[in-house]
Amino acid sequence: MRVFAALLFRNRLAAFGAVVLGLILILVLLTPLLPLPDPDQTSTGDRFLRPLSPGHLLGTDHLGRDLLARLLHGTRLSLAVGAAAALIAATIGSSIGIVAGYFGGRIDNVIMRFVDMLMAFPYILLALAIVAALGPGLMNALIAVAAVNVPFFARNIRGIAVGLAGREFIDAARLSGMGHGRIILTELLPNVLPVIVIAMSTTVGWMILETAGLSFLGLGSQPPQADLGSMLGEGRSALISHPHTSVVPGVMIFLIVMSVNLLGDGVRDALDPRLRSGALSRPQAMTRVARTGAVPAATEDLLAIQELET
Amino acid sequence: MGGYIAKRLISAIPVLLGITIIVFLIMSLIPGDPATAILGSYATPENVEKLNRDLGLDKPMVQRYFIWLGNMLTGDFGRSFSLNRPVLDEIVERFGATLVLAGTSFVLCSLLGILAGVVSAARQYGAADKLITLVVLIGISVPSFFLGMMMILLFAVELRWLPVSGMYAIYGGGDLPDLLRHLIMPALALAAVATGVIARLSRAAMLEVLRQDYIRTARAKGVRESRVIWGHALRAAMVSIIPVLGIQAGFVLSGAVYIEIVFQWPGVGRMLVDAILKRDLLLVQGGVVFVAACYVFFNIAVDVAQAMLDPRIKT
Amino acid sequence: MGTRVYRAVGGVSLSVRPGECLGVIGESGSGKSVTALSVMGLVASPPGVITGGAVRFEGEDLIGAPYETLRRRRGDRVAYIFQDPLATLHPLYRIGDQLAEAIRAHHSISAGEARERAIRLLNDVRIPNAGARIDDYPHKLSGGMRQRVSIAMALANEPDVIIADEPTTALDVTVQAQILALLDDLRRDRGLAIIFITHDFGVVAQLCDRIAVMYAGRIVEEGPTAAVLEAPAHPYTRRLIDCVPELGQGKRRLEAIPGLPPMVDALPEGCAFAPRCTKAVPDCARGDIALERTGTRAVRCLMPEESA
Repeated sequence: MRVFAALLFRNRLAAFGAVVLGLILILVLLTPLLPLPDPDQTSTGDRFLRPLSPGHLLGTDHLGRDLLARLLHGTRLSLAVGAAAALIAATIGSSIGIVAGYFGGRIDNVIMRFVDMLMAFPYILLALAIVAALGPGLMNALIAVAAVNVPFFARNIRGIAVGLAGREFIDAARLSGMGHGRIILTELLPNVLPVIVIAMSTTVGWMILETAGLSFLGLGSQPPQADLGSMLGEGRSALISHPHTSVVPGVMIFLIVMSVNLLGDGVRDALDPRLRSGALSRPQAMTRVARTGAVPAATEDLLAIQELET
Repeated sequence: MGGYIAKRLISAIPVLLGITIIVFLIMSLIPGDPATAILGSYATPENVEKLNRDLGLDKPMVQRYFIWLGNMLTGDFGRSFSLNRPVLDEIVERFGATLVLAGTSFVLCSLLGILAGVVSAARQYGAADKLITLVVLIGISVPSFFLGMMMILLFAVELRWLPVSGMYAIYGGGDLPDLLRHLIMPALALAAVATGVIARLSRAAMLEVLRQDYIRTARAKGVRESRVIWGHALRAAMVSIIPVLGIQAGFVLSGAVYIEIVFQWPGVGRMLVDAILKRDLLLVQGGVVFVAACYVFFNIAVDVAQAMLDPRIKT
Repeated sequence: MGTRVYRAVGGVSLSVRPGECLGVIGESGSGKSVTALSVMGLVASPPGVITGGAVRFEGEDLIGAPYETLRRRRGDRVAYIFQDPLATLHPLYRIGDQLAEAIRAHHSISAGEARERAIRLLNDVRIPNAGARIDDYPHKLSGGMRQRVSIAMALANEPDVIIADEPTTALDVTVQAQILALLDDLRRDRGLAIIFITHDFGVVAQLCDRIAVMYAGRIVEEGPTAAVLEAPAHPYTRRLIDCVPELGQGKRRLEAIPGLPPMVDALPEGCAFAPRCTKAVPDCARGDIALERTGTRAVRCLMPEESA
């Protein structure tokens, strides 16, 4: 674990992502303790106050609600929903993948056919269809985003599980009389866990973005409850006259997604050195020359290599 | 090649069927009485009865699916209650606008992404590489809808270079230059994320290819370095870039929904969101099936392009 | 990449005259390939850096020459044939196009002319039915055919020197013999100079006028092929020759050389072969040992083998 942390933080970008994300998390966890106004309290007299107004550090929105309070509560909600979606997608998707990979044969075939069909959709269409069926709402948006990402986990984890299921230690467990359930839980799962963590760390940013997106479209959190997406959606109608109501939540989404992505790349590189990006070297058109010392004199030969040092 | 295309087209049939089954299953998740839910605020007793008859909701589910499928195959996607016109007509009209937007974006992100990736790889660890890596990093983290809004603020409101939104000017517009002026911002905003992803991947693919022996051979032949990079290396790298383009096309199509909302673009994505908010589920259902089917055919085109590029793929 | 410097080649001098074939022999990792690639600046860089010496082509120093000068020589005057023909031919171009490109990189001729010339080249290297083969992709050809294509490509501009880096290693024996015969004919017909890099004495004996033996990035022995094979002067050469089984010699004991070649980042002082040498004396591990030249032969050893 310590080695992992050292590896992770040797990557300066990943460390930067971790710091930014850490700050946001601390801020968000402390939100209920901070002396902030009620995020849903309207005050028609104080509509669209500029940032740095007295009493409202980031100003107010179209209903006079304090933007800082709404931002922090919204961030809290967005992070929670995104993380929950990632967790649900990872759990269900990995279970499907492990079952398909472990049992193989017909079960594998049927499940993976179905997964392929799900992947044939551009992701938003599936999410929109689910939200359409269940009705708009933050919970339904969460379900939709999780469902859309299930095939991704199922496909990835299945690939690993297929490889592991053929290995000797699984056979050994089977011969020692363990049931399928126990083999999967005690032998297979610990071995695929790192892959699940990598897949999660690289997709959680996307899921936060997708839930925020659905809220932005008005299909996620419903008023007065606000997450970052719906704040941005509400800010849009006043974009031209009062841009700060859009900029504030937008920048926050950007910061979150960027730091999660940086950290996710770092986690992937640290856990799976084979996937290291940017470590490849590339031959240039011409070998670099850094010659010291005298150049030997010319000879009669057609081609002469003289005192060459490489 | 003709045989290969035919084979891929035939293999698309089960996928298309699967798409209709999945959409059908999702729509049957609707809680409560389907007809009332589908009709939403249009649920007058006559409408409910008519829809029940239209959809054959008194029949068992499997039979209902085949009736629905049969209707779609004959071009009957039902009638939109909120717009009071056939669903298919509306979809086809809106899909054209989406195609203009998403198509332009797709071409943009492919060209820019590959260009950035190749330059980045060719000058690895150089200034251009570092700059591109940074821009890519920001590009893939900015939500496209937020980027779109910021572009409106900068280019339309502050600088007044471009129109704020829409596809054509309300008065006196309608020609190609007018369309292009309206297209620039949404197409760029939509392309940003995909450009970043493609640039990243192209860079990795190029670095991998540039280490291969046949690149050394090309250099040993005395081929110009520009041709080594843009000919030999890029061509080999395209083998791993093209599948990514196919996947990114799906993301561009998805992102179009947000961009169409931000820029008031009259495309199929905005239609779907409006339809969901108005509970016009027949329109949603038809739109999803139609766009997903188009995406399946697009992916076949990607596979065919791949086969044409790489002679090692059995055709 | 650490800051460690691996010295793959340390002060190698070689030369060829027109029509001459020089064999460079040594174990894997002895620096033969790096030497060959350095000539036209083709060593992978990073990490490779040429730190000293010169490469003179017709008297002109190519090390440190501008890229364009180097590019004009590459493939036109000095051509390469590499080891693995599957990896060295571009998998996505037809072989005809790859040949034509080699020609058109140096001569402005039309596509049609280049194609005709490519067909003639394929005929020259005795590829049957060249007119049809020219539109094939590399993966459709056998290993021997692919190597013939590589040779045709090297010949495309009638170069003065061909550097062949283990061109027959990946091929089976009968094909190997055909390729060697082909190279030999070309050398006699066209007056090519060939630098032939290999680890196989059999191949050297068949083709080369002179050989140079490399060990740990340096030349340890040099001389006319027959003389060196008959009476090797360096203990390393002697042991290498003993490793080669010969037909019709009955059950001769095959000598393996004990130990492994030194790592290039941990070269011992003095003679690099001393730790594995049966004749080593304490002086061998002390100071630099010079390459002593006597007549056409040269050897880098304090205790050279007595000539028989």
